[in-house]
Amino acid sequence: MHEVSIARNIIEIVNSYLPATNNVSVKSVKVKVGAFTSILPDALRFGYEVLTCGTNLQDSILDILEVSLKVKCNICGSISGGEPSFLYCHSCGSHDVEIIEGTELNVSEIEIFN
Amino acid sequence: MSLITVERKVLETNNAIAEENRQKLHDKKIFSVNMVSSPGAGKTSIIEKTVLNLKEKVKIGFIVGDLQTSLDAERIDKLGIPSVQIVTNGACHLDASLVKNAYKELSELDIEFLIIENVGNLVCTAEYDLGEDLKIVVSSVTEGDDKPLKYPIIFRKSFGLIVNKTDLLPYLNSSIEVLRKNALSVNPKLQVFETSCTTGAGIDEWCNWIMEKTKQVK
Repeated sequence: MHEVSIARNIIEIVNSYLPATNNVSVKSVKVKVGAFTSILPDALRFGYEVLTCGTNLQDSILDILEVSLKVKCNICGSISGGEPSFLYCHSCGSHDVEIIEGTELNVSEIEIFN
Repeated sequence: MSLITVERKVLETNNAIAEENRQKLHDKKIFSVNMVSSPGAGKTSIIEKTVLNLKEKVKIGFIVGDLQTSLDAERIDKLGIPSVQIVTNGACHLDASLVKNAYKELSELDIEFLIIENVGNLVCTAEYDLGEDLKIVVSSVTEGDDKPLKYPIIFRKSFGLIVNKTDLLPYLNSSIEVLRKNALSVNPKLQVFETSCTTGAGIDEWCNWIMEKTKQVK
């Protein structure tokens, strides 16, 4: 259940963008979560909700964009999709692939009410 | 309404501390491994065997994380190796900052090989860089041969795989060949070792490899 610590990191990043002087209201926080991370989106939403309860971020929504897995074959150069447990090139069948998308765990945007 | 574009890594703070740890260990020419596994795969037993095999040849330090108790540190401490126990109080993984603080207790000592034993968990430990040189995943044959497919991220991020408890294979339906095939399908570069802490099989090969790696850092 490390999603709670991940949610805490997200909140710290969001707060670092908000002015300490006035009450800015945050509408949503957009995060990208790759398929090749050990993060469960529902658990992350739960962690965010619990940790923001009673804080300046209480009414904000955690908007999770799930990024699919994409691999590039080191043998034939083809790009394929796939599942985390089955990493292989869909063109030549090789398992010698680099992950080019799906490892993201980023805070990408903060939407605030002016 | 206004939009602030951020694009920052959620784990950037952990990653920065991990880099600090890595730099500090490299400056002191210490080779380090982060041992991960599910609970009960035999990490501490492998570390005991490793320490007994190598302690006259290389100066070893040990950091271990557990949810509760200092039982593991006591086991290694008995072997005459400086050991630091991190009690995470329920947290399911070590992070770079916990390791940074634990290493302070060892920083004055002359160490060449640092073993970090993570909390028994194949999920959460995958996300946190501690600053180690290499991650080693331990999978025992009693856990079945499909662990690499169920927990692909930690197997992908590891440099080495120790298949442990091989002496129990005659009593099990799981196949070491299937386990190896599954692990290599997720990570074709994995260096695979097969060990039994009961019979001692494979321990020499693993320890020789550690010695080679430690020498390379020197």
